[in-house]
Amino acid sequence: MSSTRSRPIALASAAVVSLAALTACGTSSDGTGSAPGGKVTLAVNGQPPTTQAFERKLFDRHVAQFEKTHPDIDIVPHEGFMDPKTFNAKLAGGQLEDVFYVYFTDTRGLIEKHQAADLTGRLKGMPHRGDVQDALMKVFQDADGRQYGLPTANYSMGLLYNRTLFAKAGLDPDKPPRTWTEVRAAAKKIAGLGDNTVGYADFSKNNQGGWHFTAGLYSRGGRIATERDGKWKAAFNSAAGRATLRDLHAMRWQDGSMGSRQLLQAEDAQRMMGSGKLGMYLSAADNITVIAKQFGGAYRDYGLAPVPDARSTLIGGEGYMINPKASPEKIEAGLKWLQWKYLNPDLVEQNVRDNVASGLPVGLPMPPTPDIWKGTVRERVEQAKRKYANVPVRNYQPFMDAAPHVPGVVEPPEAQQVYAVLDTVMQAVLTREDADIDALLAAAEKRVDQIYSAL
Amino acid sequence: MATAPLLEKPAPSPPTPAERQRRAARLRRSVHEQLTAYGFLCAAVVLFALFSWWPIIRNVLLSFQHVNFATGGTWAGTANFEKLLSDPLLATAWRNTALFTAYALILGFFVPFLTAVLLNEFRHARAYFRILIYLPVMLPPVVVALLWKWFYDPGPGLFNEVLRTLHLPAADWLDSSSTSLISLVIVSTWANMGTATLIYLAALQTIPGELYEAAELDGANLWQRLRHVTIPQTRFVLLVLLLLQVVATMQVFTEPYVMTGGGPEDSTVTVMFLIYRYAFVYNDFGTASALSLLLLLVLAAFSALYLRVTRHAKED
Repeated sequence: MSSTRSRPIALASAAVVSLAALTACGTSSDGTGSAPGGKVTLAVNGQPPTTQAFERKLFDRHVAQFEKTHPDIDIVPHEGFMDPKTFNAKLAGGQLEDVFYVYFTDTRGLIEKHQAADLTGRLKGMPHRGDVQDALMKVFQDADGRQYGLPTANYSMGLLYNRTLFAKAGLDPDKPPRTWTEVRAAAKKIAGLGDNTVGYADFSKNNQGGWHFTAGLYSRGGRIATERDGKWKAAFNSAAGRATLRDLHAMRWQDGSMGSRQLLQAEDAQRMMGSGKLGMYLSAADNITVIAKQFGGAYRDYGLAPVPDARSTLIGGEGYMINPKASPEKIEAGLKWLQWKYLNPDLVEQNVRDNVASGLPVGLPMPPTPDIWKGTVRERVEQAKRKYANVPVRNYQPFMDAAPHVPGVVEPPEAQQVYAVLDTVMQAVLTREDADIDALLAAAEKRVDQIYSAL
Repeated sequence: MATAPLLEKPAPSPPTPAERQRRAARLRRSVHEQLTAYGFLCAAVVLFALFSWWPIIRNVLLSFQHVNFATGGTWAGTANFEKLLSDPLLATAWRNTALFTAYALILGFFVPFLTAVLLNEFRHARAYFRILIYLPVMLPPVVVALLWKWFYDPGPGLFNEVLRTLHLPAADWLDSSSTSLISLVIVSTWANMGTATLIYLAALQTIPGELYEAAELDGANLWQRLRHVTIPQTRFVLLVLLLLQVVATMQVFTEPYVMTGGGPEDSTVTVMFLIYRYAFVYNDFGTASALSLLLLLVLAAFSALYLRVTRHAKED
């Protein structure tokens, strides 16, 4: 009896399992079609996680305010930013948001692979479009000048230093090093404090070595690659390239001012800074908040100077692009959201006041007052920043004073592939006393030219 | 009197109504049983097809495409393979993978075997040591990598602290291209040897005690017992584990990803690491798939060998 009764159950179970399997990989929808009542439903990412309570609250408040002033748009916020590891999976599975966050380094690849919507014809009437720095807008353009996204924040590299260690080593914290020669001398003094104190640190892992080599090279006026007749060619096998590596090699092996542990990346340097064991490294201002918030540092301990030699500085940043599968209505709605939330000078002062009220840093050249503007809008933002600053702004004054005079240079094309090659050069110099700098640069040049010739 | 031939079948008598009912019931039952079986089989086939076979087929397709996931990609012919073969890092990655596999076999094959032989000799606290040996297997691979990263740290790391205490020169471990790969092999061996040791131990415990007693009566020493009794008796398990270890170690990824990022100077870039870099750093899924396909072919050769060995063993 029992066996005959269990058969239909078994059959049903088998069918359910089969169906479940079939539906597991079935087509998925982004769930962002038109909402009832003709509303456009727009999925956007960039919503801070619940662990960042204030930022989350502010973001959600902005969503509510935007929806009130734009009753035809329904915003569906998603947590998180760009993660290159999941980006393609989300795009392939139809899960990528309509408006998605992107780093400057990824824009070129996304444009080439047609993974972002063309916004060119839709930006003409956008308020404040002309107040955004041209160099930053260009990051989101293809060779024909077509626009595929909008910048919302940027950084430029400087020299981050530990004022407390400077004082301990007998250096003047108000007079940070201005040249690489001065950096080397200061690093030696700081390392002389002993107890595993490192004078100067640099990265050499996970493509961050190549990124920092680029920053050092730009500071000396060098370039990673140059373009001629539409073709790119490696340009770092130069006097500036050699000087960058020779200084590092000398600090590591002659002066002993870079410590014994290498293959570092950003988190390592931030941790060392936070624990008071590192004197200097090349960095943007955003690192100061990371060191203070995550690694136990105090804002008063850190200063930011322009990059040594300051012939030019590496600039990068972030922005938003729109899903290539988005409908024209969604693209229009997405642009309205981006302008209102991120490219809106009228919102700056309110944002600054909100941040101050919540004890978040204001005064650093980073959100809530990103340095993306030019002209009168830039002045307006700077005024708000000066008025409400709650971090020791004078510690970063050398950087801010020099900023208008140091030309910003964006990252090279195929940045990540090039950085992977240059990682090996940095690793060789920092881990091998007998590293042959000329040979390393020549070999890397050959490999980077190979990358560019495949474009 | 005419008689029917002996072999001639008697004419079938028409089935009685009761028999017809019985046959129909039997057929119904049979169909029911078959349906249930096919239902379950169907589920298994669907799941395998979706999660095992389709990804392999899709990988083959992607390796011949310029992939963008937005518009379905375009056919690229052999462009991805050409790009891959022109990458100087490809040879480095294969060399590093082969070296890693070779070192891992030398360490990861003999050390667990010797450990198992030793454990087998223990009369007391065998269970305690068995757990101790197996403990690292239970740690998540990333935790193992981070733990060993601290062991290897040239500054305040455990190993160099020990060396300094003994007035010996500190070693570079992960920071030198000549020692980085072997340092990773040590980590991998430490993390994975528990499973191999337990399998060897199980194999050793199936060897009849009389064989050792006979060998001892013949005056065999420890080495001779190992050579003439232990190894021949466990040779099948040894061979199978060897092949499985080759397949597993050729896919090494976590250690270089977490501990060295492929450095220094590409000395720990493995094939899996290069696949990861193409896919998730360069956003080039076509070339990543092409390299995955090459790795799949190499691993398939070892898997075929494994199947052949196990089939032969069964026949024996």
